[in-house]
Amino acid sequence: MTRTAIQLPLPGFEQAQGEWRAQYARQIGDEKATRNRSGIEIQPLYSPRDWNGERYLEDLGFPGQFPFTRGIYPTMHRGRTWTQRQLIGLGTPEDYNRRVRRIIDAGATAISLLPCCSGFRGIDCDEVDPVLLGTCGTVINTTDHMDSALDGVPIGEISTAMNDPSPFTLLAFTLGVARRRGIDWRSVTGTSNQSDYISHFIANHQFYRLSLPGSRRVLLDHIEFCRRHVPNWNPVSVVGQHMQQAGATPAETMGFTLSTAIQYAEDCIARGMDIDDVLRRFTFFFDISISLFEEVAKFRAGRRIWARIARDRLGAKDPACWRFKFHGQTSGVDLTQQQPLNNIARVSIQAIAGILSGLQSLHTDAYDEAIACPSEETARVAVATQNILRDEARLCDVIDPLGGSYYVERLTDQMEAEIEGVIAKIDAAGGMYKAAEAGLVQTMIGESALAFQEQVDTGARKIVGVNCYQIEEDPTVPPAERPDAEAMLRHVERFKAFKGERSQREVARALDALARAANSTDENVFEKVVEATEAGVTHGEVVSCLRRELGFGHPLIVA
Amino acid sequence: MMKVDALPIRVLVTKIGLDGHDRGSRIVAAYLRDAGMEVIYTPPWQTIPGVVKLATEEDVDVIGISSLATDHLIVPKMMDALRTTGLGHVRVIVGGIVPDEEKAALLAAGVSRIFGPGAGREEIVDCVAALGQQSRAARSDEFSEATP
Repeated sequence: MTRTAIQLPLPGFEQAQGEWRAQYARQIGDEKATRNRSGIEIQPLYSPRDWNGERYLEDLGFPGQFPFTRGIYPTMHRGRTWTQRQLIGLGTPEDYNRRVRRIIDAGATAISLLPCCSGFRGIDCDEVDPVLLGTCGTVINTTDHMDSALDGVPIGEISTAMNDPSPFTLLAFTLGVARRRGIDWRSVTGTSNQSDYISHFIANHQFYRLSLPGSRRVLLDHIEFCRRHVPNWNPVSVVGQHMQQAGATPAETMGFTLSTAIQYAEDCIARGMDIDDVLRRFTFFFDISISLFEEVAKFRAGRRIWARIARDRLGAKDPACWRFKFHGQTSGVDLTQQQPLNNIARVSIQAIAGILSGLQSLHTDAYDEAIACPSEETARVAVATQNILRDEARLCDVIDPLGGSYYVERLTDQMEAEIEGVIAKIDAAGGMYKAAEAGLVQTMIGESALAFQEQVDTGARKIVGVNCYQIEEDPTVPPAERPDAEAMLRHVERFKAFKGERSQREVARALDALARAANSTDENVFEKVVEATEAGVTHGEVVSCLRRELGFGHPLIVA
Repeated sequence: MMKVDALPIRVLVTKIGLDGHDRGSRIVAAYLRDAGMEVIYTPPWQTIPGVVKLATEEDVDVIGISSLATDHLIVPKMMDALRTTGLGHVRVIVGGIVPDEEKAALLAAGVSRIFGPGAGREEIVDCVAALGQQSRAARSDEFSEATP
């Protein structure tokens, strides 16, 4: 949708503006067009001719009111500040437990769990070169591992984000732990934080874990199961973060992400689910780049478009379904290895962009992110950054403080038009599933990544310490933390022993039930995943069984 | 007959281990391709035997390993595998995030060069071109030693 500026009756406006333009041109001379990352031309000045509030109620309204441009709740950060949800995962389950307990003792009300890359890849710890284990996530392959990781953690009271793509074994393990501890599944809250298989296929190479149709099936079963048995769990988190990290512009990212959400919602409807029932549990997860105003406009436009999609296109009647709830993570792509302490400034700006956008939950990157996995010290600075912005800079005092700025409102309208253009392109390709299958999205992302790099290489886009302001520097970053090699080997040995000691009959029976569910049309695959993990089946065994039955993924497009 | 040196440098750009982030490897592949080299590009999650096999079949001069999330820790094992397969002449570069204190082990294992984030296009292209020539020179030495 494009809006043309309304001519306000402002006597003398044209003359004053004309004078300013002439003065500006005299001093600046020939000026090259400035564009933001999404390609929108940025003017040197904005005025009531660019935005004058004529459509205030239709386009903005008040916080908590349709279309939620200014925020999804009436009180926003005044009533409740964002959740500080730091992504953590390192070493053995015991290592994770020590770190997560410290975070809870420090007052965290939500935790997050990142599995080891081997888990992401769909295999168990005994199939991998041990030197790679636990360096970027926690090694969790069984319910016992999860029990150790969550020892003393009050699941049922604290919200847990499991960063776990299909087939969601981490939630299955968590439900097993809840059952052991006598905790009602209805009180288990949190998010299947990377359940968006399309984004994994496009930008994170999930294809090695399960085929595209197989992932689609498991996600739908996962949603259905959670609605029935774990109603306070958010089974869908639509992830724009991967795509922006892979090179999509902010506008493309929002367009792709909303198209993905439309795809999942329509898939749920096709399955016969009640849209009002499922849509309220949709959440979004985004990258926040350093392009501050552009990010603010991206999120404000995203909220507005989603409200309209949810209500008008998908037909949800409950206002809870129209709310665009999102978690933001500051973008590691903007961080530099050069002069790493500068990254504290970068992360602060990214976090400010997210907070001023009205996010629900925030992860701030550590300043050594471009050098290594964060150490405890750098992670502490990242959390303190959030506290400083909230308590010292008091960014929560006013809701949507940039609302009404000629520039921000005009840019929000322009970003909205760009995003809708992307959604239209995906619609024309038959929706996000087909667009991903055809490689259309991957090609667009690849082109944007190259175009951005081109700007960095030519110096058109300046990055301090990388292509300008370089200095002779000493490394100022503490050495990378690695898991204790012996503890990790003991963990793998215990895992091998566990596999030998469990009831092989139960395991075989559970895997058979899982395989049969995968091949049936009326059984729920995720229900069988939960049952299998309770019978001692491991993460890698679940994935390889499903891979066998539902197909192995392939790269959809290369280069 | 065309002289071997006149043929474009052949480079395998790949990722081994468990990490899926491939923005960097794609960009480097495009740099090298645009500079006139022949680039064999693979998706992430290759195995060491797989990379050795591909390097043999494709007769590459240089291998570029991209690593964002600690996969560089298994690069020394790949270097051993290259040597024992008779690919000791192939030059290897690593790009991505390698903590300072872990660089020495890679260089000692025979990695020619490590590029960190923010490395420039020219720097990378020039380095790969020079290493490609070194690789060919080393191979013809091996060849002349083997055939008296």
